[in-house]
Amino acid sequence: MATRSDVADGEWERPTAFYNRTTKYLVYTAVVAFVLYSLWSIGIPIDRFRRGIGAGIDLVSNMLPPALTPVQFELMVQGIVESILMSIVATTLGIIVSAPVAFMAANNLAPRPVYFVGRGIIAVSRSFHELIVAIVMVKAVGFGPLAGVLALGFKTVGFFAKLLSEEIEDIDTGQMQAIEAVGGSRMQVYLYSVLPQIVPRIIGLSIYRLDINLRHSTVVGIVGAGGIGITLLNSFQKYDFQYSSMIILVIVGIVMIGEAASAYARRRVQ
Amino acid sequence: MLTVNDIKKVYDSGDQALKGLSMEVSGNEIVSIIGPSGAGKSTLIRCINRLTEPSSGEVWLGDTEITALSSKELRKARRDMGLIHQEFNLVERLTVMENVLSGRLGYMSTLDAFRRNFDSEDIAKARAVLRRVGLEGVENDRADELSGGQRQRVGIARAVIQRPKILLVDEPTSALDPETSIEVMDLLTEIAREDDIPVLINIHEVDLATEYADRVVGLSDGELVFEGDADELDERAKDIIYRDGQSREERDAAKAEQQASAGE
Amino acid sequence: MSSESSDAGAQWERFEPRERLLRYLVTLGALVVLAASWRAMDINYGYVASAPQEVMDLFTRMYPPNVMYTREIARPLLETINISILGTALAIVMALPVAFLSASNTTPNRATYLLGKFIVSFTRSVNVIIWALIFVAVFGPGALAGVLAIAVRSVGFTAKLLGEAIEEIDPGEVEAIRATGASTLQTFIYGIVPQIKPAFISVATFRWDINVRASTIIGFVGAGGIGVALQTNINYFKWDAVLTILIAILGIVLVSEGVSAYLRRKVS
Repeated sequence: MATRSDVADGEWERPTAFYNRTTKYLVYTAVVAFVLYSLWSIGIPIDRFRRGIGAGIDLVSNMLPPALTPVQFELMVQGIVESILMSIVATTLGIIVSAPVAFMAANNLAPRPVYFVGRGIIAVSRSFHELIVAIVMVKAVGFGPLAGVLALGFKTVGFFAKLLSEEIEDIDTGQMQAIEAVGGSRMQVYLYSVLPQIVPRIIGLSIYRLDINLRHSTVVGIVGAGGIGITLLNSFQKYDFQYSSMIILVIVGIVMIGEAASAYARRRVQ
Repeated sequence: MLTVNDIKKVYDSGDQALKGLSMEVSGNEIVSIIGPSGAGKSTLIRCINRLTEPSSGEVWLGDTEITALSSKELRKARRDMGLIHQEFNLVERLTVMENVLSGRLGYMSTLDAFRRNFDSEDIAKARAVLRRVGLEGVENDRADELSGGQRQRVGIARAVIQRPKILLVDEPTSALDPETSIEVMDLLTEIAREDDIPVLINIHEVDLATEYADRVVGLSDGELVFEGDADELDERAKDIIYRDGQSREERDAAKAEQQASAGE
Repeated sequence: MSSESSDAGAQWERFEPRERLLRYLVTLGALVVLAASWRAMDINYGYVASAPQEVMDLFTRMYPPNVMYTREIARPLLETINISILGTALAIVMALPVAFLSASNTTPNRATYLLGKFIVSFTRSVNVIIWALIFVAVFGPGALAGVLAIAVRSVGFTAKLLGEAIEEIDPGEVEAIRATGASTLQTFIYGIVPQIKPAFISVATFRWDINVRASTIIGFVGAGGIGVALQTNINYFKWDAVLTILIAILGIVLVSEGVSAYLRRKVS
C-alpha cells in the first residue's frame, strides 16, 4: 500500500466502470453516435412533424366528447365481454399447460435434454410479443376469440412456467427426501413435498397473470384475434374518433379496475 | 470567534426548539454541548450554518453576521464552517476521494465540479488528510464499502479539507461503538489542535464530553442552563441539565410519590 | 395447538369444516365461471379440435426458413432497434419532469402530485398498439408514429420507477454537500445524481428491453419496424419468409435482453 510512488501526489482520476477512460469515452461516443444515426435513419420529416401537431389537435378535438350510438354501445359491450372471457379461459388453459413445462424446466428435477426443451419453450413464448403470437394464431385457426385464447394461453405458459420452475428449483430438497425416505413413490413425492410448498405462490401468480391477460385481450383483436380490439381498429379506420375515444376510455377503466382487483386479491391470498 | 446571540427557533409544528440562547466559542477551545434528547442541541448546531433557518437572533463568525447573509454569501461563509454529521452523511455511491474533495466544492466552478477536475493542490491535500485520519489506500473505494468508524474518518477529512475556521460537530459518535467512538474523538480533537481551530461539539455521552472538552455548555428544553469548565460539571450541574434541578434522589422520591397517589 | 386432542385422536383434517366449505365454494365458483366463459365465447368447436393440427401445419409450411430473405429484413430490423432506442430516449426525457412531480418529496404541491400520478397511470393503461393507432392517425404511417407511441407508452413506467428512486434519496447526503458551501447545481451533481444514477440506468435499460419487443409489433398498424414486413408476408402466405422474420425477432429480443441484464448487473 505504501508503494504508490508511481502516482503523483497531486493527481487523481476517478475509477471508471470501464477498463479505462479511453474506453469510457469511446463507449459514450458510440452510444451517442448510434442514437444520432437512429434519428437520421428513420428520417423524421420536419414539415410532417409540424403538420402532425396540427393534426393532433384536430384529432383530439374530434375525439371529444366521447360518444356512441346504441348499436355501437352493444358492439362495444360484446367486445368487452369477449375480451374478459378470453382472458379467463386463456389464463386457465395456460396454467394447466405450464405445469408440465415448469417441471420440465426445473433443473433439479428434469433430466438434461428435457430441461433444454422446457427452457426453449419458455424462451420462445417470452420473446415474442402477444400480438405476434396472435397474428400467427389467427392464420392457423382463423379469425375470432379462439386465436386470442391460444395466443394469450401460449404467452401465459412462458410467464408461468418460468416463475414456477424457479419456484420448484428453490424448494427445500430436505422435505422431498423426507417423503422419499418413508418410501413414497415419485408421484407421492411431488404431491406431498413439492406441491404444498408452491401452492400459495401459484394462486398469487394466477391472479396476476389474469390481470395481464385482461390487458392483452383488449388489443389482440387489432390483428383479428377476438375481443374489443377489432371494434377499436374499425372505429379508427372509419374515422369515427368519438367512438374510438369512448372505447379507449372503457379499456383504460377496465384495465385499472382489473389492476386494483388483482392487487386486492393477491393481498388477501398472501 | 463564534458568537450566538439570543437565538430562537420555532418549528412549523409550533415546537420551540431554542428559546433565546446565547453563547460564544473562541480561540481554539473545544466546547461540548450536552443535554437530554430534545433539548435543542442539534438544532443549535444546524442554526449556526443555517441548515436550519433560525427564527430570530444573530450568529456571528468573526466579523461576519451569518444570519444576515444572502444565500450566495451564505454559501461562501459555509466554507469556513466544517460540519461533521451524526450519520456521517457521506455520499454512499461516490468514492472516498470524491467525498473528501466535495469539501472543496465551494471553491470550484460547477463545470470543474461536474468533470471532477480538482485542483492538484487539493488532491495532494486530500491524500495528506486521508493519511492523517489513517485511511491511506482506500481513496478509490466507494463510501458504502467502509465501516462506520472509517466513514466518520472520511467525514472528518471532508470537513478538515475545507480549511474551516471552526468545526461544528453533531453527535459524531452516536452511530459508533464505544471503542470506535473514543478513536474518533481522539482524532477529531487532535486534528483541531493541530489546525488550531475551535470545535463546537454536540454530544450526549457526558463522559466523552467532559473528557475531551475544555468547556461544557448544558442545554435543557431549548435554554442554556449551564456553562463552565469541564471539571465544574458536578452532580448538581447535571441535576440542573437533566432533571430540572432535582437530584436523582429527589426525582425518584417524587416519582414514587406520584405513583403512590395514582395507585390510591 | 393441542387443545382439541380430546375427541378422536385418530382423526386429523387439514382445515376446519367452515374453511373447507369456503374453499370448495371458491373452487366451484371458479369452475362455473370458467365453464360459462368457455360456452359464452361462441367458438366454433370444429376449429378447436383441429387447432393443434392447424398450428403444426403452419410450422411445417414455414420450415425451412427462407435464408435469402435475410438480406431484405436487415433494414426493417435496424429500424425496429432504432425505434426502440429513440422511443426509450424520448420517454426518459419526458419522464424526468413527471418523476419529480410524482415523487412525494420533490413535488411542489398536492395538485401537481396528483397530476404526476395521473400521467403515470394513464399512459401505462393504454397499450402501445393503441398509442400507435393514435399516432398513425396524427402523423401518418411510418417510424415517427412508432417512436412516439413507444415513448408515450413508456413515460408512465419510467416516471413511476424514477419517482420511487427519487423518493428514496437520503436527504442527509444532500445536506452534507450543501453544508460545505456548494451551490445548488453542485449539490445536485454531488448529492442527488449519484443517488439516482443507478436506478436511472437500470430503468432505462430495462424499459429499452421491453420496448424492443413492443417495436416489433407496432408495424401491424403501420407505425414502422419489422412488424410491417411480418404482416405483409403473413398476408401473402409467404411462410418461409415469416419464419425468417420470427427467428430474427427472437435473435434481437434475446440479445437486447442479454445487454439489458448485463448493464443492470453492472450498475447495481
